[in-house]
Amino acid sequence: MIASLVFYMFAAFAIGGAVMVVSARNPVHSVLWLILVFFNAAGLFLLLGAEFLAMVLVVVYVGAVAVLFLFVVMMLDINSLRLREGFLQYLPTGAMIGLVLLAELSSLFASWAFAPAGSQTLAAPNPPGLTNTEALGRILYTDYIYLFQAAGLVLLVAMVGTILLTLRTRPGVRKQDISRQVARSPKDTLEIKKVPSGGGI
Amino acid sequence: MAIGLAHYLTVAAALFTIGIFGIFLNRKNVIIILMSVELMLLAVNVNFVAFSAHLGDLVGQVFTMFVLTVAAAEAAIGLAIVVCFFRNKGTIAVEDISQMKG
Repeated sequence: MIASLVFYMFAAFAIGGAVMVVSARNPVHSVLWLILVFFNAAGLFLLLGAEFLAMVLVVVYVGAVAVLFLFVVMMLDINSLRLREGFLQYLPTGAMIGLVLLAELSSLFASWAFAPAGSQTLAAPNPPGLTNTEALGRILYTDYIYLFQAAGLVLLVAMVGTILLTLRTRPGVRKQDISRQVARSPKDTLEIKKVPSGGGI
Repeated sequence: MAIGLAHYLTVAAALFTIGIFGIFLNRKNVIIILMSVELMLLAVNVNFVAFSAHLGDLVGQVFTMFVLTVAAAEAAIGLAIVVCFFRNKGTIAVEDISQMKG
């Protein structure tokens, strides 16, 4: 009973937040609603028994992705009014496509069943007596190590690409160049002149 | 009524549909479109975890982590492109992004 109530709470907040993400007037508010959606999705994951993924969702999505969105939204000076014109113009098309998709998905729900042999061919059955994190670690670092490394490679490429895209060298900015400072020797810059007393230079 | 697989699938379907709806609704704002894509990826993750929990198979959760990785990389690259474009053009309206049109 309590579990059902908690599920309905998380689901309602997630869906309501998602509606607000796409319909909020201010992009900053959209990002904040997106954070609410992520938190409630993490709650749904907890209810499903995927504790590790729930925490990863909070750390990665809320801590990294949503904050990145927030930074970009606040950094760019966007005229949100101009970006919102035509909002009502696209509403019928969007609603129609959404309804068609929902109808397709629900027709799929109505005529769908597990294959009877499906439960005998599990790739990695949930081992009893282990926590979710432990069980995930046991297969992630053994059976799926290549995929894990590939995921790391994807992140590396994304990092390099992001830095490459946003790095700019502005002309006329005076920056500290430590190697040049260290490589300077006194005789390049300093000259000692002997001044005869009373003679001036 | 006990909460089963169908409930989670319904939530995921609703989230996915809202994501698609958001892309059409905010045709002009790239940032909201990226957020809608994140919503759709989240819906896919909910589906994966729901099936994983229902079948008692951990591979769904492993795959969810890879989806998460790709989602994070996609958000970072997408926002970097947006920042780069904004720096050059001073706007992020979608209809202005058309230089590569022949």
